[in-house]
Amino acid sequence: MQTLQHQVPLVDLQTGERGTIITLDAGKRLNARLSTLGFTPGAEIFMSHNYGHGPIVVKVRETRIALGRGEAKTIFVKREI
Amino acid sequence: MNLFRDYRQKTASPGVRLSTLTIALAGQPNMGKSTIFNLLTGLNQHVGNWPGKTVEKKEGVYQHGQYDIHLIDLPGTYSLSANSPEEIIARNYILQEKPDLVVAVVSAANLERSLYLVSELIVLETPLVVILNMMDVAQQEGIQVDPKILEAAIGVPVIPMIASRANGVRELLDYIDQFTEGELIFDPKMPQISADHQHVKELIDQLIDGFVPDYYPKNWASMKLLEGDVEIYEIIKTVLPLERWETIDNILKKHEDAGLAIASGRYEWIERIVRASVHRPKLGQVGLTDRIDRIATHPVGGLILLALILGVTFWITFTIGTPIQEWMDTRILAPLGTLAQGWMLGAPAWVISLVVDGLIGGVGAVVTFLPIIIIFFAVFGFLEDIGYMARAAYVMDNFMHWMGLHGKSFLPLFLGFGCNVPAVMGTRVIESWPARMLTILLAPFVPCSARLAVIAFLAPAFFGPKAFLISWGLILSTLLILIIVGVIINKLFFKGERSAFIMELPLYHIPHWRSAFMLIWQRSLSFLQHAGTLILMMSIVIWALSEFPGGNLENSYLAQIGNFFAPIGKWMGLDWKLTVALLSSFMAKENVIATLGVLFGRSTEIGLLNTISATYTPAVGLAFMVVSILFIPCAATVAVMKQETGSWKWTFLNIGTMLVVSVAAASAVYQVALLLGL
Repeated sequence: MQTLQHQVPLVDLQTGERGTIITLDAGKRLNARLSTLGFTPGAEIFMSHNYGHGPIVVKVRETRIALGRGEAKTIFVKREI
Repeated sequence: MNLFRDYRQKTASPGVRLSTLTIALAGQPNMGKSTIFNLLTGLNQHVGNWPGKTVEKKEGVYQHGQYDIHLIDLPGTYSLSANSPEEIIARNYILQEKPDLVVAVVSAANLERSLYLVSELIVLETPLVVILNMMDVAQQEGIQVDPKILEAAIGVPVIPMIASRANGVRELLDYIDQFTEGELIFDPKMPQISADHQHVKELIDQLIDGFVPDYYPKNWASMKLLEGDVEIYEIIKTVLPLERWETIDNILKKHEDAGLAIASGRYEWIERIVRASVHRPKLGQVGLTDRIDRIATHPVGGLILLALILGVTFWITFTIGTPIQEWMDTRILAPLGTLAQGWMLGAPAWVISLVVDGLIGGVGAVVTFLPIIIIFFAVFGFLEDIGYMARAAYVMDNFMHWMGLHGKSFLPLFLGFGCNVPAVMGTRVIESWPARMLTILLAPFVPCSARLAVIAFLAPAFFGPKAFLISWGLILSTLLILIIVGVIINKLFFKGERSAFIMELPLYHIPHWRSAFMLIWQRSLSFLQHAGTLILMMSIVIWALSEFPGGNLENSYLAQIGNFFAPIGKWMGLDWKLTVALLSSFMAKENVIATLGVLFGRSTEIGLLNTISATYTPAVGLAFMVVSILFIPCAATVAVMKQETGSWKWTFLNIGTMLVVSVAAASAVYQVALLLGL
C-alpha cells in the first residue's frame, strides 16, 4: 500500500480519514490539556465525524473526543492516504 | 531526609496495623469510580465540599474485619496537572494528607487513556493499587485485557472488576487485607523522562534542592516545573532566592516544549504496557457505541433524537409526577392540616394559622414538588449514566455558540427545567470560569417545573382549549429571550470570549442500578437541604407578612407591599392581588397559585380557576403569565447563585436583568394584547 503524507490541521481531515499527530500549537495550557487526553506527537487519530461545521469527533487512543473546530485547527497531523 | 522510596527495589507494604485505614479513590471521569465508592460505602457516606472550593467531596466508611476503611472519593481527573481545581485538589490530597493507600480506577475498555493518571500516581510515594474496571464493556467492544500481564507490566497489584455487577469487590478487599498484613508486593515500573530532557531536569533538581516544601517530593516538583505547571511554578517562585529562581525561569523558558515531551513519555510507557496486555481479536469490528453514535451525533438525526428524549423526559416527569403530587396534597397534607387544627383546639387563632398555613403549607410546597424533582433527576441521571448526556452536549454545541458558550453548558441548563437550584450547581462541569458564570446567569431563565406548573394552571383559566398552544408559545419565547440575553451579556461582560470545547464521549454502558439510585438519593437530599429549608423559612416569613398586623390579608404588610408596587403592576395590567402573588413567587415559584388561593379565599383549584377567569381579562392573564415565567429567581436559587459564583455582584446582575426583562416583556405583551382587543 502506497502511503503519501501531508501535514494538515486536524480539522481538514474528512470523516473516516486517519492521521498521525505531528505537533500541537494551542498554547501552553491547552497543549497540556490535549496531551493529557492522548493528543501527543506520534499518536494515531481517526476522524469519526466532521460535517464541515460544528464540533468534530475524533478517536484517539481508543477514546472518542469531541473537539471544537477552533481547537482542531491547532493540532497538526500527517494525513494517511 | 529522603522522601522517596527506592523504586529500584521491590518493596512490601508497611503492614499497617491500625484501627482505621485511609484509602483515596482516584480515577478519570467515566471510569465507574462513583459506582465503586457507592458499592463499598452504601448509605454510610458524607457529601460535602472540599474546603474553600465548589468541588464536591465524598467520604465514606466501610467496616472490614477489625478496622474501618475510611474512603475518600477524589474528584475525577484526567491527570494531576494544575489544569483544573479538581486536579489540584486530587494531587494535594495525596501529597499532603498522605492516605495509606491510593486505589486508581482504570477502564479495560479505555486502557490507554485511563492509564495516564496511573502514570502520574505511580511516581508518588503513596502505595498504589489499580482496579481494572468495566471488563464487560471492554468485551462488548471486542477488547481483551489480561490483568496478570498488566500487573507485571506496571508492577503494582491489578484487580479486575465489573463494578456495575459488583464483581471483584471481594478480591479488592482481599488485596486490602494483604496490604494491611504487609504481604502486598509493589515493584512499580515508572515512566522515564526522555533523554534530551533528563539533564535539564537534573539541573532543576539541584537548583531547587532544599527549598521545596516538605510535602512535595523534589523529583516530582522539578518534573511539574518542566511540564509548565502553574501552581508549582508560583510556589517554587516564592520559596526560592531570586537569583536561583531567575536561573530556573530561564531554563524553563528555553524548554517550553518539555511539557509535550513529558506527556509523550508517559504515553510511551503506556503503549509498552498496552502492547503487552491488550488483545483486540476482531479489528475493524463496529462496536455498539459506534452504531448508536451514527444517529446520536448526527447533526440532524442527533437533534431529532435529543428532541424526542427531551419530550419523553417531560412526559414521564409530568405523567408520573403530577398525580403523585396531587395525591400527596389531598391525601397527606390536607388531612394533616385538619389533624393539626384538631390538636390545637384551645390555641390562639394566629398559632393555628402559623402551623397550618405557615408550617404545613411551607413543608407542603417543598414536599409536593419532590416527586417531580426526583423523577426528573432519575431520568437525567439515567441519561448521564448510560453515557448519552455528552452526545446531547455535542449536538447542542452549535446553538450554544450563539451565546459564546459551548455544548457542556447545555446540560445544566436542561436540568433547569426540573429545578434551577441543581442547574446552577450543575454548572460545575464547565471548566472555564467565564463560561460557567455566564451559564449561571442564564440558568434562572429556564422555566423550572414550578413555573411550568403555574403556567399549566393559569393558561386554561384564560385561554380554554388554546391553553396548550399558549403554554408552548410562552416556553419557546422564554428560551428565545434566554438566547438573546446570553448573546448580550456575553458581548458586554465577556467580550465574546469563547472557551475551548474538549469533551470525552464515553462508551455507552448499562448503569449499575444501586449506584444510580444512590445518585438520585443524594441529589434529592441536597435539593431538600438547599431548597427545602429556605422555602420553609420563606413560607413562614410570607405567612407572617400576610397575617400581621391586623390578622386579615387586606390590611396586611403583604397588601401594603403589593400596593406600593401597584404602579409598576399597572403597566402590566396587574392589580395588587396579582402583584402580591407575583412577589410571593420569590419565596417559591409555586406560591403564585397558593397566594392567589389565599387572596381570593378559594381553597379548591377549580373554584380559584373560575374566580380568576371571571375577574381578569385574557390580556391581564397573558401579561401575568409572561411576568411569572420570567420573574426574578426564587430565594433558593438566589442563595445557590451566591454560593456558586461567590459574588453578590453576579447574583444581583441576574436578579436585575430578570426583573427588567420580565416587567418589560409583560408590559409590552399587555399593551399589544389590549390593541388586539383581548
